[in-house]
Amino acid sequence: MKLVTAIIKPFKLDEVKDALTEAGIQGMTVSEVKGFGRQKGHKETYRGTEYQIDFVPKVKLELAIADGMEDKVMETLRTAAKTGSIGDGKIFVSDLNSVIRIRTGETGEGAL
Amino acid sequence: MENRNMIFRYISIFFSVLLLYVFAGTALADEGGAVISAGDTGWLLTSSALVLAMIIPGLALFYGGMVRDKNVLSTMMYSFISVCVVSVVWVLWGYTIAFGTDVGGIVGSFEFLWSNGVGPEAFPGTAVPHLAFMVFQLMFAAITVALISGAIAERMKFMGYVLFATLWVTLIYAPLAHWVWGGGWLGELGALDFAGGTVVHISSGVAALAAALVLGKRHGHGSEKMAPHNLPFTVVGAALLWVGWFGFNAGSALAADGIAAGAFVATQVATSAGVLGWLVVEWMKSGKPTALGGASGAIAGLVAITPAAGFVGPISSILIGFGAGVFCYLAVVWKAKFGYDDALDVLAIHGIGGTWGAIATGLFASVGATGLFFGNPGQVFIQAVGVGATWVFSFVGTFIILKVLDMVIGLRVGKDEEIVGLDLSEHSERAYT
Repeated sequence: MKLVTAIIKPFKLDEVKDALTEAGIQGMTVSEVKGFGRQKGHKETYRGTEYQIDFVPKVKLELAIADGMEDKVMETLRTAAKTGSIGDGKIFVSDLNSVIRIRTGETGEGAL
Repeated sequence: MENRNMIFRYISIFFSVLLLYVFAGTALADEGGAVISAGDTGWLLTSSALVLAMIIPGLALFYGGMVRDKNVLSTMMYSFISVCVVSVVWVLWGYTIAFGTDVGGIVGSFEFLWSNGVGPEAFPGTAVPHLAFMVFQLMFAAITVALISGAIAERMKFMGYVLFATLWVTLIYAPLAHWVWGGGWLGELGALDFAGGTVVHISSGVAALAAALVLGKRHGHGSEKMAPHNLPFTVVGAALLWVGWFGFNAGSALAADGIAAGAFVATQVATSAGVLGWLVVEWMKSGKPTALGGASGAIAGLVAITPAAGFVGPISSILIGFGAGVFCYLAVVWKAKFGYDDALDVLAIHGIGGTWGAIATGLFASVGATGLFFGNPGQVFIQAVGVGATWVFSFVGTFIILKVLDMVIGLRVGKDEEIVGLDLSEHSERAYT
């Protein structure tokens, strides 16, 4: 099993969710986060005083998937979240050791 | 405990004596012979309520939006409590210091102490009840005090502010109002101030500078981000100030007449030009026109047209307003070079805008008075005397009041309290839970 963590542009969330649902993903966790990569932040100006804002608002998606789904999910995410401009985000994939469904106690891929 | 009982005893004695005076006052009030105009009275009472709306909610929102989210309630409370403190002080002794019979050109006599003799009869020279005139002036005193709170926001003790408001309206505002409007020396000299460019705006702007110097910078000033936490509050507040300002300026005609209409038009035009002036120079200098800039430009225009409103035509109003937008923007930007922490730019907008407006009145006056551009160069000199006197009196007086208060009770909250935020440390509540 894999844990996929994707950092994307907030306005792309609906598109990404729809594409993933279409690809067969049944659940995900979404959080509003802030951070920076190569895009860096932006400047804000209040009555002539400038502030450098380093952390840019992003959305973080986390999904646990079966091993066979990895390529499909990566491709779907990449296509749906892409705008082509700087700041589109990143996708991280890591191994997932175990999963338990709290209600039934099922474990492994059956719990996904 | 004993201490508290003593306080209650003093308060009850105070109110007993007060009641005696109220009844005596009612018995003594005579109806007078002058005619009361329903139209004038209706407009002046409406104007009084409009000026109140400038303070709460107007100024409370304008300032409240510009501070950080941990200080919004504290900042709004400064405006709220200014109204309450000044209203009480005004009917007790403030009004008579400002508008009692002149004593040596400096202050009014105590003839109206505790509002004795202020009744429904016409105020001399007008067709409005004396009571209506008193309450209209009360609102002016209240907003002037509230304006200063922008300089000390995010760090002044609530108790310190309440005492400061009491002393400042008594010792600075009331005498100054007397000098200009109450038969004092500046009015006699011929200084023009239609609705309070010197009395309200220069005095509060300069007091703000003194207060910023006495209190010192906010913790983290210049190193931490201190951006406004809710600019929609600020924009709505500025818009309410604009609406209320028609009561402030057109109401200052003290009649529903042609002068009031002229002041109304001047106010609308100058404010619009103030926004345009600010945005143009901001756009050129920092690359983008901002909503906060638009709101600030409106206040700059309103401030500058205040002393001139009843004396100038529409075209002069455009120039006065546009100039205010430009000058006040530059003053705000230049503030950074001086290093004092006037948190919400009271000096840059009210002090500088008021100074420009007072001088501009001496340049552009053409209705009921004449300025430099209409053949009376002497008026500019008289205006400069009024400006200079107000700067010196307000700065020195405010500085002394605050220094004394600081020694007696301490004006600033502690560093920890300041970092936590005044909403929690001074009021035990939070705006956003």
